[in-house]
Amino acid sequence: MESVEQKRNIISTLWNDKEKRAVIIQIFSIAGLFALVWFMIGNAISNLDALGKGFSFDFLFQPASYDINQHLISYTSRDTHLRATIIGIMNTAMIAVAGIILATVVGFTLGVLRLSKNFLINRIVYIYIEYIRNVPVLLHILLVHGVVVHSLPNPKAAMTFNDSFFLTKRGFFMPSPDFESAMTVVWIALAIGIAFTFWFRRYAKRVQDETGKIFPVFLISFGAVVIFPVLVYFLAGSPITWEIPVLKGFNFKGGMVVRPEFLALWLALSLYTAAFIAEIVRAGIIAVSHGQTEAAYALGLRPGRTTQLIVIPQALRVIVPPLTSQYLNLTKNSSLAIAIGYMDIVATIGGISLNQTGREMECMIIVLALYLIFSLSISSVMNWYNKRIKLVER
Amino acid sequence: MSEAQTSKMAVSDETVIKIHKMHKWYGSFHVLKDINLDVKRGERIVVCGPSGSGKSTMIRCINRLEEHQQGDIIVDGVELTNDLKNIDAIRREVGMVFQHFNLFPHLTILENLSLAPIWVKREPRKQAEETAMRYLERVKIPEQALKYPGQLSGGQQQRVAIARSLCMNPRIMLFDEPTSALDPEMIKEVLDVMIELAEEGRTMICVTHEMGFAKTVANRVIFMDGGEIIEQNEPNEFFDNPQHERTQLFLSQILAH
Repeated sequence: MESVEQKRNIISTLWNDKEKRAVIIQIFSIAGLFALVWFMIGNAISNLDALGKGFSFDFLFQPASYDINQHLISYTSRDTHLRATIIGIMNTAMIAVAGIILATVVGFTLGVLRLSKNFLINRIVYIYIEYIRNVPVLLHILLVHGVVVHSLPNPKAAMTFNDSFFLTKRGFFMPSPDFESAMTVVWIALAIGIAFTFWFRRYAKRVQDETGKIFPVFLISFGAVVIFPVLVYFLAGSPITWEIPVLKGFNFKGGMVVRPEFLALWLALSLYTAAFIAEIVRAGIIAVSHGQTEAAYALGLRPGRTTQLIVIPQALRVIVPPLTSQYLNLTKNSSLAIAIGYMDIVATIGGISLNQTGREMECMIIVLALYLIFSLSISSVMNWYNKRIKLVER
Repeated sequence: MSEAQTSKMAVSDETVIKIHKMHKWYGSFHVLKDINLDVKRGERIVVCGPSGSGKSTMIRCINRLEEHQQGDIIVDGVELTNDLKNIDAIRREVGMVFQHFNLFPHLTILENLSLAPIWVKREPRKQAEETAMRYLERVKIPEQALKYPGQLSGGQQQRVAIARSLCMNPRIMLFDEPTSALDPEMIKEVLDVMIELAEEGRTMICVTHEMGFAKTVANRVIFMDGGEIIEQNEPNEFFDNPQHERTQLFLSQILAH
């Protein structure tokens, strides 16, 4: 009797002690998690056994025997599933990078315009944002794809600019550059320009600290990185020959082409994400209290400097964390590419390869791992940036 | 007392702020009605009145944080118009201290103080920081120079805000209810700094409910109600012998307890 009561007391004391209770809960949670994983692995093994399948990645080295229309590196249907996967990764990476860039530019612009005091601008942007973000992104992709594929003209009636750019339902054809040897000089000029800008920013800061002189840093950087290489390009005798696409038979040959699937997916994803980014940017700017700008004005700072020195540093701290989520969303939403036949990770290894080889388990593990890598890379870069701008505060 | 002496001492005949028949509307709401005010160099003016009477709006018009729609404001010989050059020139001469301090939270105290001298006056950093340290010593918190505003108490933050304005060496200081957001024990430390400033003979316009401060340092007390200047007088006369019945009512309310 006594020992039972003592035991009860021990249990109740353990359970009512805050720290010990935490340890007990953690032990049970970990045990539960392991049991679940153990069960799932066992379940997968026994089911694969029952189907007579093994678990192996050998299929990656067999011929894929399907075509992919957009490939950055050479690919034919005789190449392996592994190479097809790499093409898929490149296509996903391309849409993610191009999408993030366009979404950021459009999103920041819209976010700032949304705060405009001009009634018309501010209403138009408001309507755009509300329309875009309240329609599912898949519909946007299908709609833009439909417009590109069905409404744009045939190659024979292509919309053209200067007879070198052609917009057709088969894609957007552009001249492709062919670099001559003198182009090296231009690349060197560009490298010098970039190096100069890095040096000049430090130099300008040092001179300002010492003498108070303020240089037009942005203009001079722009000149060094853009205008200087362009001048060198012309001085070197324009060492690029352009291969202009030419209509041959039913389609254009030569030059570069942006395929309609890429165009549709890129525009739809970027414009969709831009609407969310615009709201994040607007919120970030509003979050900097009006008192901050008033204090800066009262000290005699001009509006431009106030934005640069007071508003942006404080707004970025609010903007960056949710902006990271939007970048991740855009990257993951790119898997909707399969709806319009853009050959990304899901369409290659997670789609055709999976169907042809029947290796669902292996393919899905690869797809999951790849998206995980993409997402973790983006968020680690953004977290690094976030920490860097946060350090300024405390 | 010496206060009585200082209040007569530094005032000159030169007019530094001239507000003439100034009106302001927010939409259809007439906030400021026919304001006429001449401020002499070295004068210390306290503006009081019930909330919503337009006190803050009036002094915010002086450095163009608010725009007036009618009448003239001339500060130090420069007329306030839409001319950005004039606005810049006036803001360089006029410092302002806010109710909620408005320090820049992402910059250290030292950076808060040296920002405007570096970017507006284009001073070398070292010189700007030396000036900043000098003013921090004057407001008695040089040891906080490398901290961030969020790490300071309210009274310390307000003293930093005063020092930040002083770093631009303005001829005129505007105070917009500088002690209203502070705990009672912190009010004194801020008022002490302001009294010291007043003794230097700097032109000051101060919106405040601190009647003790008004009695000690002001040459003139202005009472506003409903967007109008109702009454103005030198402090002893103003408090002992208010003329207008709205002034009497206001004074009886705030001096009652």
